[in-house]
Parts: sequence; C-alpha cells; structure tokens
Amino acid sequence: MSSDDSPPARRALITFAWVWVGAPLAYGLYELVRKATQLFTG
Amino acid sequence: MAPAGWSRWLVPPAALSVHLSIGQAYAWSVFKPPLESALGLSGTQSALPFQLGIVMLGLSAAFGGTLVERNGPRWAMTVALVCFSSGFLLAALGAAVEQYWLIVLGYGFVGGIGLGIGYISPVSTLIKWFPDRPGMATGIAIMGFGGGALIASPWSAQMLESFGTDSSGIAMAFLVHGLTYAVFMLLGVLLVRVPRPVKAAGDGPAALDGPQVSARSAVRTPQFWCLWIVLCMNVTAGIGILEKAAPMITDFFADTSTPVSVSAAAGFVALLSAANMAGRIGWSSTSDLIGRKNIYRVYLGVGALMYALIALAGDSSKPLFVLCALVILSFYGGGFATVPAYLKDLFGTYQVGAIHGRLLTAWSTAGVLGPLIVNWIADRQEEAGKDGSSLYTLSLFIMIGLLAVGFVANELVRPVHPRHHEPAPRTEEPTKKEASDVQ
Repeated sequence: MSSDDSPPARRALITFAWVWVGAPLAYGLYELVRKATQLFTG
Repeated sequence: MAPAGWSRWLVPPAALSVHLSIGQAYAWSVFKPPLESALGLSGTQSALPFQLGIVMLGLSAAFGGTLVERNGPRWAMTVALVCFSSGFLLAALGAAVEQYWLIVLGYGFVGGIGLGIGYISPVSTLIKWFPDRPGMATGIAIMGFGGGALIASPWSAQMLESFGTDSSGIAMAFLVHGLTYAVFMLLGVLLVRVPRPVKAAGDGPAALDGPQVSARSAVRTPQFWCLWIVLCMNVTAGIGILEKAAPMITDFFADTSTPVSVSAAAGFVALLSAANMAGRIGWSSTSDLIGRKNIYRVYLGVGALMYALIALAGDSSKPLFVLCALVILSFYGGGFATVPAYLKDLFGTYQVGAIHGRLLTAWSTAGVLGPLIVNWIADRQEEAGKDGSSLYTLSLFIMIGLLAVGFVANELVRPVHPRHHEPAPRTEEPTKKEASDVQ
C-alpha cells in the first residue's frame, strides 16, 4: 500500500503529480522571496 | 477506492491541486482596484465578492461536511472544481457585461461553495492514508491553501497587465482563471483514492480503530467546543497581526531613526506569508512527534509570550518585532493545519471531515473578531492622540488575553466519553458498494 515498493509506471505518475503542483508553488515562492527581500533592502 | 498497490504519495498532490487553487481567494485584492475603476465601485463593494466567498466557505464546510463524508473525496473535489471554476466564468460574464451582481453571485456565492467543499474534501482521506503521520499529511494540504495566494497574486497581476484593467480585460482574466483552475484541479479528481478498509501494519493506511464519533455526536461534546475556542482564539490572534501588518510595522517605527518604507512594509507582509505557510507544514508535522495538546500549548503559550515581547519592547528593536511577528504567524498557520489531526485523535476518522467542516465556523468568527479588535482599538487610540507603537499596545494585551483563554480551553480537552462513540467498528462490515467492488 505504500509508495516504497511502487512499480516504475506508478513512480512516474507520482513524479508527474508532484511536479504538477510543485512547479506553480515554486513560482509563487520565488515571487515571495523577491518581495520579502524588500524588507531588508527597501 | 484505491486499487491494490496504489501509492499513498499520490494523495497529497491530489489534495494540493485543490488547495493551491482555492487558496487564490486570499489574492482577491489584486482585482479590487481594477474593478473599482472599471465598474465605478467603492472599496466596500469591490471586497464583497471575497467576503461572501469566505462566508460561503464557512457555511458550505459546516453544512456540506456530512455530504462529503457520504459521497467521498472524488465527488467533493468534482463539486469544488465545478463551483470554483464556474464561479470565475460567471464573474467573467459579469465583468464583460458590466453587471456587478453577477460577479458577486459567481465568485462569491458559487465560487464560495467550491472553497468550502474543496477545503474539507481531502482532509479525511489524507488522515486515513497517513494514520502514522496525520499532522504532516493535513499540513501539506492546508499549506497549499496558503500557497495558493502566493501563486495567484503575481500571476493575476501579470494577467491584468497583459489583458488590461478595463472591464473586458478583467473578464478575460477571470475567464483564463476559471479554465486554468479547472484543468489544474482535475488532477486531484483523477488521483484521489480512498484506502481499502483493511488493517495494515507499518506505513500503510489503517482501518478505523480507536474511538469513532459521528459529526452529529461530536458537536454535543465539550471537547468540540473547547477546540472551537482554541481555534477561534489562535486564528483571532494571528489575524490581528496579519490584517494590519503593513501599517503596524510602519506606525511602530515611525518615530525612530530607521522608519520603515512602503516597500519594506510590503516585504514584511510577504515574509509573514512565508512564515504562515512554513508553520502549516512545519508545526503540524511536529505535532506528530510531540502530540496535539502539547503543540497547541506552544501555539497559545509561546504565542502569548511573543505578543508580550512586542508590547513591552515597543519600538526599541525592529529585528525583535519582526521575529516575534513571524513566530506568531507560523503558529497561526500551524493552528489551522494541526486541527484536523487533533480532531482525528479525539473523534476518530469516521466523520472527521464533517467535524472539521463544522469547526471551521470558528475561523469565520475569528475572521470578523480579529480585524475588528485591532482596527477599532487603533482608531480609538488615534482619536485619543496616541501614535507610534502605543496605538497597538492595548490590542496586543487583548490578544494575550485571548490566547490565554485558548490555552485554558486546550487544557480542558479530555478524551471523549464512550457514550458518544459509535457502537461498532464500521470497517469490519463492508458497505454495499465495497461488497459489490469485491464481487
């Protein structure tokens, strides 16, 4: 039931799913860090 | 239901695809100025779609929770997808034909139902898949709600820059939002699975074991109302800072040799959002190690200490102010993310999603209470001729009092009396659908 012994096809699906949600989140975090640095430079 | 060998690590991204989408609600402010100029609205009017959305979130989570438990997470995510996306499409139509009421109806009412159902849709399922780490599992999903605004805020702003800020530009932006979120949330609908109701050792999903309490019985227990107070107080204290973060840091250090500029204040707000998000996953995961009651002792006790430090230090130290505010906001996020696991500990997994939905009325109450306290007191203090950090001193001490009330409520939480438990473990007897799946 766990992912530890997942077949390769399922591992690919897991990777795809995490990239699907991770990519926009990374974009949001990048924009956040850009804005947050203004506290120290602004 | 999950086929044999289905990985539980597919369920958090399914939950995140929904929460990252509906978290857009907190970035509504991006649309406010363009709507005000394009449709000639006041600030209050342009805020109405968001406010109605949050009210509908609370109502649909409270009243739709039982339906979500009965029909499962895929049904709930589908409803969330349809409502949230069609809310944007209706709002797009409203902007295109310059009918403000259609924007309120679409984004606020229809979209708000999507917010509430979407918010609670993965909670119960995640807890069932991760019985060994329920705090971490729900922390991932609820962190997504915070992350949704981080994504939507710059994305929506860029879109308005491309399409223009007149009514047709806003309509186009709403349309793209509705369609994009529909595709994005579809991943959650396709991937979410309920674990098979079998007892499993190790890190597999466990069956329903321990005390199981229905949502109907849970709201009749003192434990539910103690947790309601805990959540309400913790959220009120967090919102108290979040609501007025930028003016607060500016006022605090206005009379010092290093006043805070507008852009630095914006950076401070962004940093608070990061702390809020980090607290959701970090503190909630920590609760799996130190226990739910202990982590809330930290949120409420150390939170009160942080407020006291801000109040006593005044404008003497900017780093101390920033540090304390960050810790408070991390506790605010942590409080949201840990509460489903706390509910699971007390009431079991049987109807934890529905119970969570009912508990979210504490959030709606805090959403009104927090800003009301801070704004009202700051206005009165200003009228009394005070300025700088003294504008907020009274509010800060009130927050400490509220956190103390929450601390006491947390101390009063005891295991639920067996008379509230469901008579027999539900998983031992398969439902009609499960039986037909096997056949």
